[in-house]
Amino acid sequence: MRKKPKDLFFSINMWLSTGITLCILLFIIGHVFVNGIAYIKPSLFEFTYNSENVSLLPALITTLFTVVLALLLAVPFGVFTAIYLTEYAKRGSKLIKVVRITTETLSGIPSIVYGLFGLLFFVTYLKWGYSLIAGSCTLAIMILPVIIRTTEESLKAVPDSYREGAFALGAGRLRTVFKIILPSAMPGILAGIIVSVGRCVGETAALIYTAGTATKIPKSIFESGRTLSIHMWALSSEGLYTGQAYATAIILLVVVIAINALSRFLSRKLTRGEQ
Amino acid sequence: MRKYNEIIMKYVFMISAMTSILAVVLICFFLFVNGIPAIKEIGIFDFLLGTKWAPTDIPATYGIFPMIIGSIYITVGAGIIGVPIGILTAVFLAKNCPKIIYKYIRPAIDLLAGIPSVVYGFFGMVTIVPFIRNYIGGNGSSILSASIVLGIMILPTMITVSESAIRAVPEELYEGAIALGASHERSLYAVVLPAAKSGILAAIILSIGRAIGETMAVIMVAGNQAILRNPSEVLKGVRTLTANIVLEMGYAAELHREVLIASGVVLFIFILIINLLFSAINNKEKE
Repeated sequence: MRKKPKDLFFSINMWLSTGITLCILLFIIGHVFVNGIAYIKPSLFEFTYNSENVSLLPALITTLFTVVLALLLAVPFGVFTAIYLTEYAKRGSKLIKVVRITTETLSGIPSIVYGLFGLLFFVTYLKWGYSLIAGSCTLAIMILPVIIRTTEESLKAVPDSYREGAFALGAGRLRTVFKIILPSAMPGILAGIIVSVGRCVGETAALIYTAGTATKIPKSIFESGRTLSIHMWALSSEGLYTGQAYATAIILLVVVIAINALSRFLSRKLTRGEQ
Repeated sequence: MRKYNEIIMKYVFMISAMTSILAVVLICFFLFVNGIPAIKEIGIFDFLLGTKWAPTDIPATYGIFPMIIGSIYITVGAGIIGVPIGILTAVFLAKNCPKIIYKYIRPAIDLLAGIPSVVYGFFGMVTIVPFIRNYIGGNGSSILSASIVLGIMILPTMITVSESAIRAVPEELYEGAIALGASHERSLYAVVLPAAKSGILAAIILSIGRAIGETMAVIMVAGNQAILRNPSEVLKGVRTLTANIVLEMGYAAELHREVLIASGVVLFIFILIINLLFSAINNKEKE
């Protein structure tokens, strides 16, 4: 049977759109790798940055510090919030509603607004100056909704029979949470944390005016330093080091691909555990 | 003793739950306190509707209308490019895609969502901008380039949210259409898509929020001239609200700085409105 023209048109467009989406992804990754791979050389990984080696190692190390610091701040608060919402608060309580509205608001705020807030509050009001800690605090607020949401979902996925079993054996609520529920929800929580790592690594606008753009590895958390994304932005806006910008893009893409693979692996583990 | 712990920890959890509330309150407070005085000083109409942005002139004028319009152009442009592709891809993924292919496409789209905005901006700068300069016209950094880059960037949001909306449409509707003799394609575009309308609308609104708030990618490809453009000048450069903040915050002082914060407030209010719309649609769908 031949297809009607309208159906054929729809069908073609559907295939075409999917094709375009995939081609764009392949083209971005391919283009960056092809043009950048020649610039990945040892001089790019020297400990100090200067205009000759344009080393990205300091930025890489700063990124690591910033992300770890942001996670140390956001994960406890995020996980505890989710525990409160799912295990303690009464269903339909006011607090749950307000927290839900605020986390939704937080997740919609653009990163530049976070950047402005970080500049006004952490950098200026608390007088921390451009520093790692100011950047990490800003990022921590930014990733808080992600951690709360993913943790909440994985806590809810823990079957109620686990809780009932623990209570029946005489465990208190706290013990149940820490010994039974958290361990079985762990893959989901980790997947959420990994997604937030991805957001931190890719973040630029929120960090320019909080962590600053200093090229050195910061010696303390009150010094300024640039993360990899900011480094890349600086390189490409100066326009002098396009090759090195390509190389930085490769590193960023590799990190992002690794993060995606890891979070997929973890969430697959979670769903397999359910079966 | 154990009971003691229980009670302490309960309050620890509760106080943690308050942090997100505290964060929103602090963000609102600091933005508004630092931004509102500037709006008052300039006058809300001169600020929002003033067509001249000249912070270094004497006397300086601070009209952010060109930037508001710039943000709108680029967002609309991104929508024109990203929305149809996104919806059609979502239909394909939800209803047409063989399982084996789906296994590879899904992670690809997640990856598209994970690519940092600087990388998108850089990609646009080294490929799309020169392409437009050489083959279409203008100097390349333009409304068109920014729309293309943003259109690509909203694709993952568009696809993921619409896909789940389409999957949520009861299978009976599709089967009913087939049973009435409609072809597979016709059932999709005449029955399934209209049924998923509100979810797709939510996807569009969410994508608009992403596009308005995007900063780094836009700075790198939009040209950043703070000039009011006509809709026909798609090959000319434009500056968005977000770009304006990043470009000038570094050296701004006094009133200029406060004005930039005030334009952050405007952006924040835009986003709040979009969020409200989004949750209104979501709630309606749940009913």
